[in-house]
Amino acid sequence: MSTLIPQNLTPGFANPVRDAQRVFRAVLEALARPTTPQPVEVDLLPPAPLGVTMGAVILALCDEQTPLWLDPALRAAPEVCAWIAFHTGARIVDQADDAAFVIASSPSTAPRLADLARGTDEEPHRSATLVIDACCAPGIGSLTATGPGIPGVAHWDGAGLPNEFLTQWHENHSNFPRGVDLILAAETAVLGLPRTTALIAAIAHTDEKRNA
Amino acid sequence: MSGPRIVYNEGYLDEQTKRVVRRALLKGVAIPGFQVPFASREVPMPRGWGTGGVQLTASVIGPADTLKVIDQGADDTTNAVSIRAFFEKVAGAASTTRTDHATIIQTRHRIPETPLTEKQIVVYQVPIPEPLRFLEPRETETRRLHALEEYGLMYVKLYEDIAKYGHIAKTYDYPVLVNGRYVMAPSPIPSFDNPKMHQSPALQLFGAGREKRIYAIPPYTDVESLGFDDFPFEPQRFDQPCEICESTEVYLDEVLIDDHGGVMFVCSDTDHCERTLTAREHDHITEVNA
Repeated sequence: MSTLIPQNLTPGFANPVRDAQRVFRAVLEALARPTTPQPVEVDLLPPAPLGVTMGAVILALCDEQTPLWLDPALRAAPEVCAWIAFHTGARIVDQADDAAFVIASSPSTAPRLADLARGTDEEPHRSATLVIDACCAPGIGSLTATGPGIPGVAHWDGAGLPNEFLTQWHENHSNFPRGVDLILAAETAVLGLPRTTALIAAIAHTDEKRNA
Repeated sequence: MSGPRIVYNEGYLDEQTKRVVRRALLKGVAIPGFQVPFASREVPMPRGWGTGGVQLTASVIGPADTLKVIDQGADDTTNAVSIRAFFEKVAGAASTTRTDHATIIQTRHRIPETPLTEKQIVVYQVPIPEPLRFLEPRETETRRLHALEEYGLMYVKLYEDIAKYGHIAKTYDYPVLVNGRYVMAPSPIPSFDNPKMHQSPALQLFGAGREKRIYAIPPYTDVESLGFDDFPFEPQRFDQPCEICESTEVYLDEVLIDDHGGVMFVCSDTDHCERTLTAREHDHITEVNA
């Protein structure tokens, strides 16, 4: 009898119920308090090039109801596809706009926000969540963030965001209530950027003030 | 000698259901005030008794949490006692009646008097999540009205109140505008509590089990109670202090005390009342001894 379990598959959460709860709470806090990192500590060994925090977010949130899109680097790794399929049962899709969760192994491989599902005006919740592996990612400059979840103004270096992201994000933000939500998965923390967060480059901000 | 006959999943719900609720919560937080539909499951209590709140709490709670449950402000009423006992049994989390010790506060119809903190999540039990429901019964239409940001009906209703009674007559479940976009039902909390939702440091989650909707207000979000420039929102006020703890600026319940119509007005928030009274007695003893 052939077995459906691929060889050398690494385990999922050591304690599925409690680990999923802790990871979810970190993601919930991350989206509720944008740009504030929320610690995630799990004992997990997903196959490379899938990061630990990335793997934890996928295990906590995905299942057979959530189509996943993987970037080419992850898609090319059969162990990653097998690991996700075995532990979550999620379907892996070819088109990024079919996916509920869009998984990018680095900021540079993230698809454009305009190419992802953004929901409709009546059902804005049927939109994609983009998850980017932000391990070791450098900052992209000095940013200021405002919006729900942020008391006043938050300053942030944008580590983990793709290049030329601000224009895309501005467009995404201005489509509210439609839009994509972003989760950045760093080594031991997650950071959230819901569609409600307004991001501007801090330098442009000072210019605006000067011109005003 | 023997273990329990039935071992429930931690938090009672199965993991797949929790994921459905959790994903709905994440989208709810990303779209403040928008009602996200979800597959509401059965929990061991009748619909309308807080099943939405119970499902939210079950999906959020973990062993590191301390849960407080209030029903109309009280920790010792049927709904609060049974929901707290339920989670003590199935969630492995600590429970408390003190607002300042709780990390999750599940509430029916009140927001505690003690100011909330960033470490807290408030879970509201919601009977009717759709603020426009009694103005427009069709779900397809209300969804479209929200999509078009068409809230004229609600303003007409408030206007008619003013034309008829001289003031806005709604005193509970008073509609709010969240983050300048969605009109939202704050659940039947008294309008006295509405200002506490504005820029609250705590995360506020709303669950309607029977109506199968989840929505949320992130911390530090604008929550404006609807009104007009010349007839602005006026929260309820009380002229007298609590007759037990003498607190002012709190929400009071009218309690019958005899068969002759005698009443007294006391804090609706029992935890606040007890702690204020204890502090007062302590001060009194210190004064006497001094």
